[in-house]
Amino acid sequence: MKIIVNGETLEIGASTLAALLEDLGKGEAKVATSVNEAFVPKHQRTDHSLHEGDRVEIVAPRQGG
Amino acid sequence: MPTFYGTEVTSRLMLGTAQYPSPAILADAFRLSGAGIATVSVRREAGGDQAGQDFWALIRDLGVAVLPNTAGCYSVREAITTAQMARELFDTNWIKLEVIGHADTLQPDPFGLIEAAAQLAGDGFEVFPYCTEDLVLCERLVEVGCKVLMPWGAPIGTGLGLNNIYGLRSLRAHFPDIPLVVDAGLGLPSQAAHAMELGYDAVLLNTAVAKAGDPAAMAQAFGLAVEAGALAARADPMDARDMAAPSTPVFGKAML
Repeated sequence: MKIIVNGETLEIGASTLAALLEDLGKGEAKVATSVNEAFVPKHQRTDHSLHEGDRVEIVAPRQGG
Repeated sequence: MPTFYGTEVTSRLMLGTAQYPSPAILADAFRLSGAGIATVSVRREAGGDQAGQDFWALIRDLGVAVLPNTAGCYSVREAITTAQMARELFDTNWIKLEVIGHADTLQPDPFGLIEAAAQLAGDGFEVFPYCTEDLVLCERLVEVGCKVLMPWGAPIGTGLGLNNIYGLRSLRAHFPDIPLVVDAGLGLPSQAAHAMELGYDAVLLNTAVAKAGDPAAMAQAFGLAVEAGALAARADPMDARDMAAPSTPVFGKAML
């Protein structure tokens, strides 16, 4: 199915948010996630199913003022 | 030193982490200034990008408290989701809440700010609101649970200093027990010292240091300035007056 990850359309095989992160090499990375503009805590990623057209954001610590 | 939400910090200087020429210079700036809090953000990272992981390692090694921000958020929803992601990433309830109202001035949206602050405070966040020096706005922010206020000195990144000294002084007088931080707009250490002389508890700045020719030296200068200003405030400055008054005794002057 096609979803949008950080603004880019991706064809993915993963069915959950946790599986998507694994496929992207971010399974162990220090990242936070949201799906369709709603925060998804780390402990809910395994249970969070992805659906066609979902908008996923994956963020990490970055410089800020 | 100021206490924010029950935590006494080690410095009156809060320093941003963006726009430095290199990570090593960023680290030098923190070391030389003694800044006790680093502001950070959350930004997209996917694919093979490791920048966020590397940045986090650098910040962790600084040994300072971390204050994540919601920079660039124009809506309440955006700010809240960003705050939630930041809380998990940085493992802190502290959030520098920015709800921007105008792209040219980057000034806070006071209405969205109150709404977002209320929701976040209700959700256990300890909110550091980036606000204007508007007294009524600040009263509302305190009412919804903010125990720190961070009025701007001037628009972010301008270096214009303290644009409304009357407003900042008025805020200090109205909130004697709320920690007040001048956040944004400072360009020179003298402006930071002035904020301290007004009785402010701390200053938060980024661009003035990061964009200086020698960021580490400028950071050190700001560190010294906030201490000088705070010491001056405690020393009870004299009242200004319009007419000159001789400092050298008139009595005993030779009649020539």
